[in-house]
Amino acid sequence: MSHALNLAVVQFQPNKGDRPGNLARFAELFPVIMGRTPRPDVVALAETVLTGYFLEGGVHEAACTAQDFANDLNGAFRAGCDGMVDVVAGFYELHQNTYYNSAVYATLGGDSAEVLHVHRKVFLPTYGVFDEERFVDHGLDVRAFDTRWGRAAILICEDVWHGMTATAAALDGAQVIFVPSASPARGAWPQPDEEVRGPASMHRWERLARDRAEEHGIYVVVTQLVGNEGGKAFPGGSVVAGPAGDVRTRAPLWDEAVLPVTLDLDDITRARARSPLLADLRTMLPHLVRSLKQAAAETGATIDDRANPRVRG
Amino acid sequence: MEFILPLVERAGPPPLAIDTTLVTEWLVSFLRAEFGRRKFTKAVVGMSGGVDSAVAGFLAERALGPRNVVAIRMPYRTSSPESLEHASLVIDALGVDSRTIDISPAVDGYLTMEPGADASRRGNVMARMRMIALFDLSAKYSALPVGTGNKTERLFGYFTWHADDSPPVNPLGDLFKTQVWQLARHLGVPDIIINKPASADLTQGQTDEGDFGISYARADEILNWLLSGYEPDELVVRGFDTSEVELVRKRLSSTHWKRKLPTVAMLSPTAIGESYLRPVDY
Repeated sequence: MSHALNLAVVQFQPNKGDRPGNLARFAELFPVIMGRTPRPDVVALAETVLTGYFLEGGVHEAACTAQDFANDLNGAFRAGCDGMVDVVAGFYELHQNTYYNSAVYATLGGDSAEVLHVHRKVFLPTYGVFDEERFVDHGLDVRAFDTRWGRAAILICEDVWHGMTATAAALDGAQVIFVPSASPARGAWPQPDEEVRGPASMHRWERLARDRAEEHGIYVVVTQLVGNEGGKAFPGGSVVAGPAGDVRTRAPLWDEAVLPVTLDLDDITRARARSPLLADLRTMLPHLVRSLKQAAAETGATIDDRANPRVRG
Repeated sequence: MEFILPLVERAGPPPLAIDTTLVTEWLVSFLRAEFGRRKFTKAVVGMSGGVDSAVAGFLAERALGPRNVVAIRMPYRTSSPESLEHASLVIDALGVDSRTIDISPAVDGYLTMEPGADASRRGNVMARMRMIALFDLSAKYSALPVGTGNKTERLFGYFTWHADDSPPVNPLGDLFKTQVWQLARHLGVPDIIINKPASADLTQGQTDEGDFGISYARADEILNWLLSGYEPDELVVRGFDTSEVELVRKRLSSTHWKRKLPTVAMLSPTAIGESYLRPVDY
């Protein structure tokens, strides 16, 4: 492969609220993960992997800055590994006196971690079993960013349920969208798709990953949390979808797992040549933006074009 | 030109059919996680001879192993001998340890001071006595009590408050009764237990469906629609019986309090469970 990206998707079960304990487990896991051939370029972890997801007001005790989290991961990495690796990992963030559900992309291996990007979850589920908006604030943008191997973006869980976010990331040049997630299993009825086992919510996730990937000719890497939190089961089922909407790897249900997978970034070129949907979108984007502005205006909202865009309604 | 009818005429609630293999894995995983988190390896399960406690026993045995499950039979002197026999069928099938605690002296000891108690009060005393025994034996065996209440009876308020609902871990509480029956067949619960009419066995000849005035099959259908956001009149339009819908609605909406902790007067900005919020496993 001319442009290979070696990935390790790590489906991890955190011990609830136990930051030191979870970091100690990362320190045990890193040498195992990095000992594989080919050596991973990127380790992808789930949403809120440092503490577990359902913390309610415990977010205030568990949150930390992105640099502190990345440095903690760096310490865990350097305890048993040499060289460098990139990591994507979700955590509750304290940033400028505000709490967020965030994910950091950082390079580990140096004296301190190099934080390349922090994505703050834009869409905070506050319905059904979820209550995020009560405890954390919204992130306000979606951006791609450069890495050692190419260009990436991060969307967290519900972010990717909205087609527009993956579109923004792809238009900004992302080749791989990392989707750290913590999705409690829902739906125990039988599913028609024999290939995919699991709750209805897992089927929906796989469909989402494949559709977002195929529509934009990108890789979508969904890393799910696994384990039980007070009766809510995170079933796992992490999945990597290729740019033609194909499933490259899929994690088991219920258990921790490491999914080593090599992504050929040239598959993106081939997929886009066959199905130039993203190029078509880029061509028509000015018209669609005009339509969006009109639709927003009709609902009484305005789209602010300044540096920190926010839709107000 | 041929008319092609739509595949789905109207959207509805999720199916009541369950993938029993998936649900078994799901609940076994749940039990292992909850026991592990709470640092318990053993379970005590009140084994009534009914299908709910049988399924809870089968799941606990799968999750923890037969040596780590103690089935507790707690008959009262008016309980049906059949219930005791059916509990034994489960105990034998699972190969778990068991205890039989006759709650009659304890219940009657109290009731001698309240001889006029009606059937409902007597039933509540029995249910609470069973929980005293179950929790005490859990301390004796260093074990965690496993709950057996299903979603239908929880939604109907068909249980004794702070008795049947009190075990800290319940694998069945989000399964309607008809789903518990599906799971029971998959797990290999003896047919005689699955096929008999469900009964709290508090009085002779009592059945759940007799107490409700509606079958579990109909009740579960209606509950499933109501919980999915459909109004009672929309169910009637879809062919459900008006009186059955009203019966279910009434039971559901008059028992919300039973599914909650006691009401606490809020005085501060840091009231527990209102403003001070921490999850059970934090």
